[in-house]
Amino acid sequence: MEALVAIIIAVLVGSGVYLVLRARTFPVILGLTLLSYGANLFVFISGRLKLDQVAVVGQSADPTDPLPQALVLTAIVIGFAMTAFLVVLALRAQGELGSDHVDGQRDELYGEQQNKGSR
Amino acid sequence: MSNWIMAPILIPALAAMMLLLEVRERHWLRRVTGLTATLALVPVSILLFRQAATGDIQVYSLGDWPAPFGIVLVLDQLSALMVLLTSVLAVPALLYASHGDDRLGPNFHSLFQMQLMGINGAFLTGDLFNLFVFFEVLLIASYGLALHGRGPARVRAGLHYVVLNLIGSAVFLLALSLIYGATGTLNMADFAARAAELEGPALTLVKVAGLLLCVVFGLKAALFPLYFWLPATYASATAGVAALFAVMTKVGIYALLRVHGLAFSDGALAGLGDMALWTVSLLTLGLATVGVFGARRLGELVAYLVVMSVGTLVAALAWGTEEAISGALFYLLHSTLICAGLFLLADLVSRGRGDAGDTLMAGPRPPAAGLLGALFFIGAVAVAGLPPLSGFLGKVMLLRAVPAPAYWALLLAGGLLAVVGLSRAGSTLFWRAGEPMAGTVLNKGRLAAAVLLLAMAPAMVLLGGPLSAITQSVAAQWAQPDLYIHAVLGYPGGAQ
Repeated sequence: MEALVAIIIAVLVGSGVYLVLRARTFPVILGLTLLSYGANLFVFISGRLKLDQVAVVGQSADPTDPLPQALVLTAIVIGFAMTAFLVVLALRAQGELGSDHVDGQRDELYGEQQNKGSR
Repeated sequence: MSNWIMAPILIPALAAMMLLLEVRERHWLRRVTGLTATLALVPVSILLFRQAATGDIQVYSLGDWPAPFGIVLVLDQLSALMVLLTSVLAVPALLYASHGDDRLGPNFHSLFQMQLMGINGAFLTGDLFNLFVFFEVLLIASYGLALHGRGPARVRAGLHYVVLNLIGSAVFLLALSLIYGATGTLNMADFAARAAELEGPALTLVKVAGLLLCVVFGLKAALFPLYFWLPATYASATAGVAALFAVMTKVGIYALLRVHGLAFSDGALAGLGDMALWTVSLLTLGLATVGVFGARRLGELVAYLVVMSVGTLVAALAWGTEEAISGALFYLLHSTLICAGLFLLADLVSRGRGDAGDTLMAGPRPPAAGLLGALFFIGAVAVAGLPPLSGFLGKVMLLRAVPAPAYWALLLAGGLLAVVGLSRAGSTLFWRAGEPMAGTVLNKGRLAAAVLLLAMAPAMVLLGGPLSAITQSVAAQWAQPDLYIHAVLGYPGGAQ
């Protein structure tokens, strides 16, 4: 169980970091989303993993910790709002800069650089 | 327990809500509301500072839940000083923006108040997760403000700023959950008390979390290698916003100071990250000096001066003696206000130069060049640390408190190169200028805002004695984390 969750978080964060390092805004946004999923899952398990236990004291012999659940709810809401904002910003950057490159380089320029790189 | 501690958060929050009500074509109403709320913060923060200056640490339990379980707001001298600085800075920044810049896009005033709420909240909270929430409040407001007005440069810089800070937020969350997992608390005082007695694997986890926190706060403070976003963002933001942003890097420094003073001062975590912060801050100082020297626009130059002040301050923080912190606090007040004033001045100059803007190339003479030149001279002397203005006093205090050859060399060489860079900028803008452009006049209101901030340089020298007494007493309280822990938890650290 612990190993499985650890692997999931590692995959999420690893893919997130890879995508964040891409040059186009869309993969960067996807990467940030995966990164925040990884972080949220990490917050969630900071109260330890327990199966089939309620988060209310007195209702079960070994209740789970309710605080990380409250924390992760806050973090999810904030992360969601930030991602929505970033999507709008990326669309506006595409409109104003005429390209979805993160540095706002024109597509022709970017294409040339890529061609040079591949040669 | 007084309820006034809530006021610096509630006043901007209420004002921001009121400003969201639709009042089409009534900009004066928005301006009056925004300015009233911002002005109201000044007497409130003076009152709070006077309460804190008595030496008592006030703790306000939200929802009346006792300390380690509920969220607390804590008012000690350090928080009170930072809240006071914010309110003193916000008035001229908003005054400047209210002369036209606020009409470049909708909801400027509301975002400005949200930003103030986030900054004040970050200074006052005594809970790490609440600090995260207030960071997000001030960040999302700052995204809106940084992008206020149009232009490709602003959007490009804004995109980098937002993406970097989102990554920072994810790292902050990882650090917080490590701390919660290992110590079972997110209350700063409780964390400090428990961290002192940690051992084994839990200690390693908390050390990792502590260093991650340093990374996050270093990103907010713009430390090497995480400062590259700052010059572009600050130089392309509208002037009033850039002036307010001068205090945003200081939020990062405040958070470093707070966590460092509480948890990393002694016990199991003593000295965590000191060496890394020391190295990184000296690198920041050195590279920012190169930036000041190589800047091609006045706004960029001032932005690098902000980065320089961050390097100067964090090095003193890493040195960590009470005297160094006292000097750093004096320098922090000075550098925030003067850099903000220089941002406003840079905008005033660029408005009078047409297409040349604030690029450091010969162009038309700005209107009232003599007056603006004199102001620039005062600002440059103060920020470079030449006698007789405030930067000199701050640097003397820092040099006396931090007797490390590397620090002396970088700070003095940095000062010299800043003088060269600033005099080159000044002579290009004011002396090598051609005929003034027809039809450009100097806006009196904008000028007043810039004068108000730059007048702090002589004022801080005249009040040098009392001010340094204040920073000394703040540093003395900072150096005794037990006072803070005792005030919050009601018992002196460790088990009850």
